[in-house]
Amino acid sequence: MQAVFKRTAGLLNIPTHYCPGCTHGILHRLIAEAMCELDILHRTIGVSSVGCTYNNYEYFACDMVQAAHGRAPAVATGIKRVHPSKSVFTYQGDGDLAAIGTAEIIHAAARGEKISVFFANNAIYGMTSGQMAPTTLIGQVTTTSPFGRDPDAQGHPINVSEMMATLPGAVYVERVSLHDYRHIIQAKKAVRKAFRVQEAGLGFSLVEVLSTCPTNWGMDPPKSMDWVAEVMIQQYPLGLFRDPKLEESK
Amino acid sequence: MPMPRVKFNQDLCKGCGLCVSVCPQRLIQVQKRRLNDKGLHPVYVEQVDRCTGCGMCATICPDLAIEVWR
Repeated sequence: MQAVFKRTAGLLNIPTHYCPGCTHGILHRLIAEAMCELDILHRTIGVSSVGCTYNNYEYFACDMVQAAHGRAPAVATGIKRVHPSKSVFTYQGDGDLAAIGTAEIIHAAARGEKISVFFANNAIYGMTSGQMAPTTLIGQVTTTSPFGRDPDAQGHPINVSEMMATLPGAVYVERVSLHDYRHIIQAKKAVRKAFRVQEAGLGFSLVEVLSTCPTNWGMDPPKSMDWVAEVMIQQYPLGLFRDPKLEESK
Repeated sequence: MPMPRVKFNQDLCKGCGLCVSVCPQRLIQVQKRRLNDKGLHPVYVEQVDRCTGCGMCATICPDLAIEVWR
């Protein structure tokens, strides 16, 4: 008998603290599997951010560093410059990357730092109980926009991938989703490619992953997956925004 | 061909129901009358012999609670 699906060695055998149905667990697994498949687990250093993923250093089997709120790309820059032979990734949410950390992510991309950024975008502040984030959709109800986000008062959502794609230093930018089986497989390819771009020394790579927050969206997990497919993708269309030419070796 | 085997780790399962929603054979159910160590309702497979071992449930499981062999 052959294993079709087995627990990856890239994650430690610790139950996660995430809410039931949270897609952070899926993204953790995709990153861990990609590290194992590319055989870089032993020389990868991850940087965890602030938000629901604040203690994901407990879960990954690689070395991890915890950064101050929004500063993960700056910490990753330092690690990568001191240890150019290591693979360095950051794992950030939208409250971290698109709000307090906007300056850090833009300048890390503009400098073309050779790091991989995994950006989980769920359009809300999950950890602090569902306040409006910069990525919240127009009309979306949150605890701080109880009548729906009004663009006159609260502005428009930030499309991070499109913004990053304007910077020459960001060589690989793709937006993927985790809302069904097929898209999870595509997301896995994107995560692998981000590591491969870094291994090839091409420059900065960012994968934006549309995620869910069933607890704060007030939906059950399967319904929140449908909401990503039907509503969120309208604002955040999936696609490849910057594509470096990699030879298909691995 | 040997029968596919699917194993649910009851203590890791948070009963979110994502595997229930993706199973093409509709074999997985949430156990409403049972609680695990977390105090959540874990899932179970009703007719294991109908499982095709496609692995879709394991791919969408956020908690790595499912292992599949074929």
